Amino acid sequence: METKSKLKVTAQGEREIVMTRDFDAPRDLVFECHTKPELLKKWLLGPDGWIMEVCEVNLKIGGKYRYVWKQIADGITMGMGGEFKVITRPELIHCTEVFDEAWYPGEALVQSHFLEKNERTTLIVTILYNSKETRDMVLKSPMEGGVAISYNRLEDLMETLTK
Amino acid sequence: MSTSDRLDATFAALADPTRRAILARLAKGDATVMDLAKPFSMSQPAISKHLKVLEQAGLISRGSDAQRRPRRIEAKPLGEANEWLENYRKFWEGRYQQLDALLDELKLSKQTKTKRAKRPRS
Repeated sequence: METKSKLKVTAQGEREIVMTRDFDAPRDLVFECHTKPELLKKWLLGPDGWIMEVCEVNLKIGGKYRYVWKQIADGITMGMGGEFKVITRPELIHCTEVFDEAWYPGEALVQSHFLEKNERTTLIVTILYNSKETRDMVLKSPMEGGVAISYNRLEDLMETLTK
Repeated sequence: MSTSDRLDATFAALADPTRRAILARLAKGDATVMDLAKPFSMSQPAISKHLKVLEQAGLISRGSDAQRRPRRIEAKPLGEANEWLENYRKFWEGRYQQLDALLDELKLSKQTKTKRAKRPRS
């Protein structure tokens, strides 16, 4: 039984974070799970103890989506939303992402690619921030410059180390 | 050294392919300067310079064998530097595991439906 983590997260270039993950399902299904509220509510949850209270998706170009999560214990909520820019069912979604209490300035562009091979789907999510400064802030990095490249190198090194 | 300074030193040290290769080699086990110089067709002083950078960043240390002075990899600074991406990864991996379970459920229900549809009428 393979137990190693399935999700890969790296910094790319100056303004991006990339996540890659395989799913043992055809991409039609994976795409549906990313776009149908009744399905999103079943998995896109916060940490334990959170529920997804609002999940609205208007899946068309220029259409909006809105998610609000709520912590059951104390009622704290966290909301975010954005607008769909590109939709190519079932392989591509580009949308913007803005958090209510913005922990980074401006909006980010989230590009989700669904690639299918042998009934399996590889999801590649690229989050493009509006500036290098924002991305680096998201990386919560106290460093100046070169952080993305460094993280890439670190990622490569980690791979060598874990082989 | 503050966390920020340590991260600076870590990334500066990692910014060189030879030093990354040295770390990869040390991850497999301790090695002396001689051992390390071999695969890089580099002089010992050149390797020593790289080792000094790695050592100052806290990425490696010297073993207790005073004669051979083998170098050893230190995991902590790398761990610190990778912490953010790892937290982010954990968060999403958790969500995606829930998605795995949901996908299994959906696949199963589709299969059942197909089977029912295909069943010949009696």
